[in-house]
Amino acid sequence: MTYYLLRPGRAVQGPPMSDEQMQQHVRAIRRLEEEMKSAGAWVFGGRLHDPSTATVVQADANDVLTTDGPFAETKDHLGGFYLIRASDLDGALNWAGQVSALIGASIEVRPFVDELTS
Amino acid sequence: MADRVTIGRVFRAESGRSVAALVAMFGDLDLAEDAVQDAFAVALRRWPDDGLPPNPGAWITATARNRAIDKVRRDARGNELLRTVAMEHREGDTMPDDRLRLIFTCCHPSLAPQSQVELTLRLVCGLSTAEVARAFLTTEPTMAKRLVRTKHKIKAANIPYRTPSDTELPDRLRSVLTAVYLTYTTGHGQAGSFPDLTEEGIRLGRTLRLLMPDEPEVAGLLALMLLTQARRRGRTDAHGELVLLRDQDRSLWDPELIHEGHRMVRWCLRRNEPGRFQLEAAIAAVHADASTFQDTDWGQIVALYDQLLTVAPTPVVALNRAVAVAEVHGADEGLAELDRLALTRYYAFHAARAELLDRVGSAEDAQHAFRTAVALAPDGPERRYLTRRLAQVTSSARPPSARPNRRAGA
Repeated sequence: MTYYLLRPGRAVQGPPMSDEQMQQHVRAIRRLEEEMKSAGAWVFGGRLHDPSTATVVQADANDVLTTDGPFAETKDHLGGFYLIRASDLDGALNWAGQVSALIGASIEVRPFVDELTS
Repeated sequence: MADRVTIGRVFRAESGRSVAALVAMFGDLDLAEDAVQDAFAVALRRWPDDGLPPNPGAWITATARNRAIDKVRRDARGNELLRTVAMEHREGDTMPDDRLRLIFTCCHPSLAPQSQVELTLRLVCGLSTAEVARAFLTTEPTMAKRLVRTKHKIKAANIPYRTPSDTELPDRLRSVLTAVYLTYTTGHGQAGSFPDLTEEGIRLGRTLRLLMPDEPEVAGLLALMLLTQARRRGRTDAHGELVLLRDQDRSLWDPELIHEGHRMVRWCLRRNEPGRFQLEAAIAAVHADASTFQDTDWGQIVALYDQLLTVAPTPVVALNRAVAVAEVHGADEGLAELDRLALTRYYAFHAARAELLDRVGSAEDAQHAFRTAVALAPDGPERRYLTRRLAQVTSSARPPSARPNRRAGA
């Protein structure tokens, strides 16, 4: 088993969704997440609030400096992620393909160094 | 007598199978690679005196397997692995051919195309790291680092060692075929060099054909490489300069390769599942069929390019189609097709345009187009050819006339 982070890139901006469409979209995502769970691939995942809600903490030798986030230098702000397990990369790519089709963004699939401990 | 050259040849022919078998046993690319390398070193010591063993491939695999077991035994965690290996592979068993799995792992689409080729050359074709480095015009330490990085990704991301399932196959096979063709085309501009990547590409194509006899695109790719290779001796003159298809001495083409390529193209036609490589092979087959440039069935070639455009709708295919159109319907038609393409950064576009402009008598525009082509072309025989053509049209040009300008990319 290998653990993978599935992290979306920037989404292609489509026309804004109606409430009805948004609800369908959310239901489709929930369905896929249920599939991940019943297949044993699901470890953790979630959506994040807007980057404007972030705080950045930086420790140096004497002090901890707290500032309004997010990181100023990052262009792509993480909107959410999945952490999954799969028997090999092909299994992870299969899930990533389904997520990509749903959210209309490319997905970076990246392995963890070791098995996760929880 | 088994001299170093013979041993080297036998080793290159057999090592891909041995590496593949060892990866299947131990599940570790590095271990397999090192063990087979060790076995080669043993062969170099023993075979000159003992002669070649009756089955060199099996000897290399067995020797490498023992080396790998020694290595694993020294590693405390290896005992579990060893028990599995001992259970699954008893001495004297006939080895299944695992090369297909190895090829699919080396050419996994999650690896960069050039990394796929480098690793395939090292592990499947049995080239040394120094030879792979030479093929890519780089140093051995640099290539060693690149190979390490690629193998690290395979291990870290857990790229599987298996042939893909039916649903994955089209995507995976495309990646493999592209890597094999990239191997071939990389060797194309390096005639007479060692290692000869055109030969390695063809060898990989033959291996794939053997292991996947039902895949029409595998046959198409092999046919394309064979038919391209057949014309190799006609493509350069005694000074290593480029000779265009229209000027080639067709008696220099290799009839055996053409025959083999034709047979494979006909097999593809009967299968009737056209794909990119089969169509390119069919085009090459039409060229190979013609005894002179003028005899070429250009109508057939345009029809094949039409089909190719539907499966591979790229501007480069459209460019080649426009050149064929010019042969059927005249240079003006060809130019009209060319002017619809967005390829102004591509030297071959300007070269094709220049030839057609020269043909319709627009000397000034032809010069301009040749000049652009020369400026964009990579260093090498093609640029030297274009430079010669530029000089020809310049010296034969009449004084500037009042012809309307036909500039590219307007």
